[in-house]
Amino acid sequence: MGKTLAEKIWAEHVVRQADGEPDLLYIDLHLIHEVTSPQAFDGLRLAGRTVRRPDLTIATEDHNVPTLDILKPIADPVSKLQVDTLRANCKEFGIRLHSLGDIEQGIVHVVGPQLGITQPGMTIVCGDSHTATHGAFGAIAFGIGTSEVEHVLATQTLPSTRPKTMAINVEGTLKPGVTSKDIILAIIAKIGTGGGQGYIIEYRGSAIRALSMESRMTVCNMSIEAGARAGLIAPDETTIAYIKGKPHAPENWDEAVAYWKSLYTDSDAKFDIEIDLNADELEPFVTWGTNPGQGLPLNAKVPHPADYADPATRASAERALEYMGLTAGTPLKEIAIDTVFLGSCTNGRIEDLRSAAEIVKGKKIASTLRMLVVPGSARVRLEAEAEGLDKVFIDAGAEWRNAGCSMCLGMNPDQLASGERSASTSNRNFEGRQGKGGRTHLVSPVVAAATALRGKLSSPADL
Amino acid sequence: MEKFIKHTGTGVPLRRSNVDTDQIIPAVYLKRVTRSGFEDGLFAAWRNDPDFVLNKAEYKNGTVLVAGADFGTGSSREHAVWALQNYGFKAVISSRFADIFRGNSLKGGLLTVIVAEADVEAMWAAIEADPATAITVDLDTRTVSYNAVSLPFTIDDYTRWRLMEGLDDIGLTLKQTDFIDTFEDKRRSYKPATLPIR
Repeated sequence: MGKTLAEKIWAEHVVRQADGEPDLLYIDLHLIHEVTSPQAFDGLRLAGRTVRRPDLTIATEDHNVPTLDILKPIADPVSKLQVDTLRANCKEFGIRLHSLGDIEQGIVHVVGPQLGITQPGMTIVCGDSHTATHGAFGAIAFGIGTSEVEHVLATQTLPSTRPKTMAINVEGTLKPGVTSKDIILAIIAKIGTGGGQGYIIEYRGSAIRALSMESRMTVCNMSIEAGARAGLIAPDETTIAYIKGKPHAPENWDEAVAYWKSLYTDSDAKFDIEIDLNADELEPFVTWGTNPGQGLPLNAKVPHPADYADPATRASAERALEYMGLTAGTPLKEIAIDTVFLGSCTNGRIEDLRSAAEIVKGKKIASTLRMLVVPGSARVRLEAEAEGLDKVFIDAGAEWRNAGCSMCLGMNPDQLASGERSASTSNRNFEGRQGKGGRTHLVSPVVAAATALRGKLSSPADL
Repeated sequence: MEKFIKHTGTGVPLRRSNVDTDQIIPAVYLKRVTRSGFEDGLFAAWRNDPDFVLNKAEYKNGTVLVAGADFGTGSSREHAVWALQNYGFKAVISSRFADIFRGNSLKGGLLTVIVAEADVEAMWAAIEADPATAITVDLDTRTVSYNAVSLPFTIDDYTRWRLMEGLDDIGLTLKQTDFIDTFEDKRRSYKPATLPIR
């Protein structure tokens, strides 16, 4: 029987296999940031261990860094200590670091692909659950905890149990105004936040093939929100064209491409489970609740908890509506928004900024809200500025910031106030995620832009 | 790592499902560079509520958290495990855990135990009826027991052995260095490297 793509990549990275033990998996690339690494480096020091492969390791500052005044010392002393600790650790262990002010600084999952260091057939880990982003290139990429960060630093391997395989087939053609963000939000609403648990998802089908590289990253990025640790897409000409010319594209190009072209699921391979989604029928999606599975098409109304048969789902919906300050039956498009956040590892790349800029160009955002535009990396920011996108956003009344995770998780000063409501292109609508008491609706960049203009949740078609 | 063989303590009934790691410890509490001191951030947003279960005197000394389904979803922050441990929890019982959280917990010696949802409901009822109910989590026999109830749970042999011996995962892998060396010798030459900078 043939193998799935995930099984092929996994098999290629098994260092050691033994009965009754997890596979020892080789890690091709280890991405590091300031929040989940300090205790790992401390562990190395305590045990007198070194970093086995600094040349397969790269660090950047993203989670807690400010997006204003980035060349001044970080005002929050605790954030500053964490960033300073990363700088000292990278220096001590010889790890490449892109600090604030460096052109390659930015969100770790934007930096890897833009350097061309994320490539098909790799195993990639990072102490961050959105590492699955890199799966868009046909890599097995997953988030790990700090103990595992230490493990990878010391050994460049990770004992891992092979996940089961899930295929999500998305066939058809997206309507105008419907994006890859809507695909993934619809998938999570369909299978639930635990639906992918224990699986590596392979996204397949004509609607996935038709996506750009950056749109594919948006899909894979949110695999964790469906409970899956990893999600991937087989490499094709789109993938190869994206990597070509990037700083770390293989020098041995033809040989690498030949290998990449062998990375697909064999026609006689069998997935443990397959799920189908019709792209023709998809509408812009938005979340109404406090987990990413609580989403609906934008034309729908806030649901009635009583409509859910399962008691736990019903209780969760009741809690969510209370926290979100929403009344069942309200059309989603009537929900007024206070803050629009455009950015994050989900939707902070250049195409995301372009698609939103196209909508706000020459217009003004609603006077009732603020809009924060946070490029995913310093390079994305400069690229956008070269195209004049900064002016488009600023002229529309939005704030143009420096790169980082920013309001996606509110670890830096970019936070929602209690009760403040956002339309956010990020990945999590958990209680308090964007600031204590803040209320988050997850949306695509074009819905974010349309919402900014109309003041209420909107799709571009509503303008 | 401290060995985990068997623990007996009282329970804390957390009647919520989908408790994500942002609820267990919000991002603003993740800025420490140590592994300790995270107890203040544990369920920080909920602890302002006097009715929140951890604020009730009868559950103050609980060491076994009994939670709803899909505990630990979201972010990979191991700080969620540390916050629970720093606060004093030794085990968490739920019908389903998110993968990364479970992996982190078992690396760090916080035992996560999976039992059926109906069993979680029954435990909640028992603990609420008598908060002093002793709960024993026994890794040796792979059972959770309280009152006259004994529930078997599964955990793979390897993880169980590692926890019962209190073994350092990294130390175990470093014994396999020969295998890693051999693997590296045959890695594809065109795989990218971060250094030298290009």
